[in-house]
Amino acid sequence: MKGTFTLDGSEVPFHEGQTVLEAARDAGRYIPHLCAHPEFEPHGSCRVCTVKAEGRMAAACTLPAREGLAVESATDELRELRRGLVQLLFVEGNHFCPSCEKSGDCQLQAVGYALEVRSLHFPQLFPDRPLDASHPDVLLDFNRCILCELCVRASAEVDHKSVFALGGRGIDKHLIVNAESGRLADTSLSVTDTAVGVCPVGVILKKGRGFTVPLGQRTYDRAPIDAPPEKAGKP
Amino acid sequence: MTEAQPATRRVAIDPLTRVEGHGKITLRLGEDGKVLQARLHIVEFRGFERFIQGRPYWEVPVMVQRLCGICPVSHHLAASKALDVVLGATPTPTANAVRRLMHYGQILQSHALHFFHLASPDLLFGFDSEAGRRNLQAVAAEYPELARQGVLLRRFGQEVIRITAGKRVHGTGSLPGGVNKAVTAADRDALAAALPEVLGWAREGVALVKRLHRERWELYESFGSAESGLLSLVGRDGRLELYDGVLRARSAHGALLLDGVDPARYREHFAEEVKPWSYMKFPYLTALGPERGTYKVGPLARLQNCDFIHTPLAEAERVEFREAHHGELTHAPLAYHWARLVELLHAAEVVGELLAAPELLGSELLARGERTGEGVGVIEAPRGTLIHHYRVGADDLVTSCNLIVSTTHNNQAMNDAVAQVARRYLDGVEPTEPLLNHLEVAIRAFDPCLSCATHALGKMPLEVVVVDAGGAEVGRAEKRGG
Repeated sequence: MKGTFTLDGSEVPFHEGQTVLEAARDAGRYIPHLCAHPEFEPHGSCRVCTVKAEGRMAAACTLPAREGLAVESATDELRELRRGLVQLLFVEGNHFCPSCEKSGDCQLQAVGYALEVRSLHFPQLFPDRPLDASHPDVLLDFNRCILCELCVRASAEVDHKSVFALGGRGIDKHLIVNAESGRLADTSLSVTDTAVGVCPVGVILKKGRGFTVPLGQRTYDRAPIDAPPEKAGKP
Repeated sequence: MTEAQPATRRVAIDPLTRVEGHGKITLRLGEDGKVLQARLHIVEFRGFERFIQGRPYWEVPVMVQRLCGICPVSHHLAASKALDVVLGATPTPTANAVRRLMHYGQILQSHALHFFHLASPDLLFGFDSEAGRRNLQAVAAEYPELARQGVLLRRFGQEVIRITAGKRVHGTGSLPGGVNKAVTAADRDALAAALPEVLGWAREGVALVKRLHRERWELYESFGSAESGLLSLVGRDGRLELYDGVLRARSAHGALLLDGVDPARYREHFAEEVKPWSYMKFPYLTALGPERGTYKVGPLARLQNCDFIHTPLAEAERVEFREAHHGELTHAPLAYHWARLVELLHAAEVVGELLAAPELLGSELLARGERTGEGVGVIEAPRGTLIHHYRVGADDLVTSCNLIVSTTHNNQAMNDAVAQVARRYLDGVEPTEPLLNHLEVAIRAFDPCLSCATHALGKMPLEVVVVDAGGAEVGRAEKRGG
């Protein structure tokens, strides 16, 4: 089945089974998002893709496209809401873009720019999150985790290793690795695993690679994340 | 005023300036108003040595350059050099050429900023000129061509940095083991095309500073002058060398104290004293002790420490500088400006050499070797010798970090200069604006990161509080902008 829905008043075609986010992406329309990834099942956890459909808020990544559905995305209200969510992600972790090797390739940073986040607004929590450098090839810098679970899904569904999981609850929720010692070195992770390359921020890093791409050639140097699809940066 | 006058009084200038933070000066005055003691305090704690611990080594060159907005390239490169050693890597000819070009572009832009933007208003209009004139805008109004040349010189240096590091300030070009890009032929040609004009402006700059110095020779040679040793890198053949060389130190009268010292062995020759009234440490030559072992770094030390400059225009100026001082060492802070402009000219000449080098366009960017776990990187930053020292664990995280920055080396020399200027100009206990500016002029000669012009072009607020020995405030003066 095929059909169309409207996104901010203009028609978007969709195929049977597509979500609003998927159909919008195929049509070259950008809806900000973080935990959604085209290669994985929708997750609906970060809520950055929240849109308004027929008066109700819904995550575009889990909202099935439906004939005639009227979806609002580029409104001041939704922009403000998304900005608040992204600001909360920034203050909950330790995100220092000036010295972060993921700067320019980081989706959180790119979405922050797209949403015109000019201040953190909320007080920073400055959590104490030691690094895990035990693995010879991969470094984990938990300071930057946004709990998107892309690594969890990739490790389980693609790598079939289940190296990563989220532990704790509420504000204490955090990324853990599947080893009794709690150390990455004691898991079966390999630097070639899909999970290593899927991190949208700067948590899972290949050791010794930082800053090897010159300024001007990084993903979002070429085009911002919300640029038209023929130009937009793809991580 | 209290009825019973105390025997001594303390004058505090606070805040003095900003080094991405605060400094202040305190003067202790005797009953007769004479200065008994003068201290320059850096009252800010930066903490880089601590918070770099536990971070991955490849992040360090990018992170530590945030120490400074004026000479970030110096920290970027000193850290890279230290981490080259950690990786056991010998940078490729291309990496060395790109890094050197970045460094000499940095010397050029920083020296231009220091002299034209920050110091020249004092020198052109007088130390006690109207505060409202002591800024670059006033220089532009009265000496438009000079101001233009200063701005364009700095712009050229920044363009060199942009091409090599990716950004004018806080780029990422240098990595442990090499660089992340070479220079393109188009960028090289654009820089080379601009170079003749840059060399012309640099020569005019040297001519100006020489004229200013010679016109008021007595004042310039005596203002804030205090004897100390000299320290700098020199090339193995004794040349002026700003990127990589060996350590040389001289006594105040020129005798060699150290020569040919491998920078990696700096700890065998230097120690640092901590004083309770400043966050900045006081380094000294261990063999001479904390009283006699202090020294100056920076352009004045370098120009008088080297045997020669390998580029012809700057060498002719070095010879003239030394002859003007009859071959004797000068310790005058204001002679720093003269030496600084000679180095600016030298930097422009070296940029020309590097642009002509074919390896600048090469493709071998990164090298690796056998890990050592520890490395020292020493470079001559615009304001003097800069030492970075790291230890890195087998897990790639930094376990220790020691930084001795140019400002720290000059700590005692700046304190001595402040004391000398204060004794000469402080008449009575009531501090006047001209006095405050005289102190600034002395500090500014060494280091714009400590000068009141650093971030606000002469509009830095100064506050002077006069307190009695018991700490009660007996007078106050403020300077709110130039």
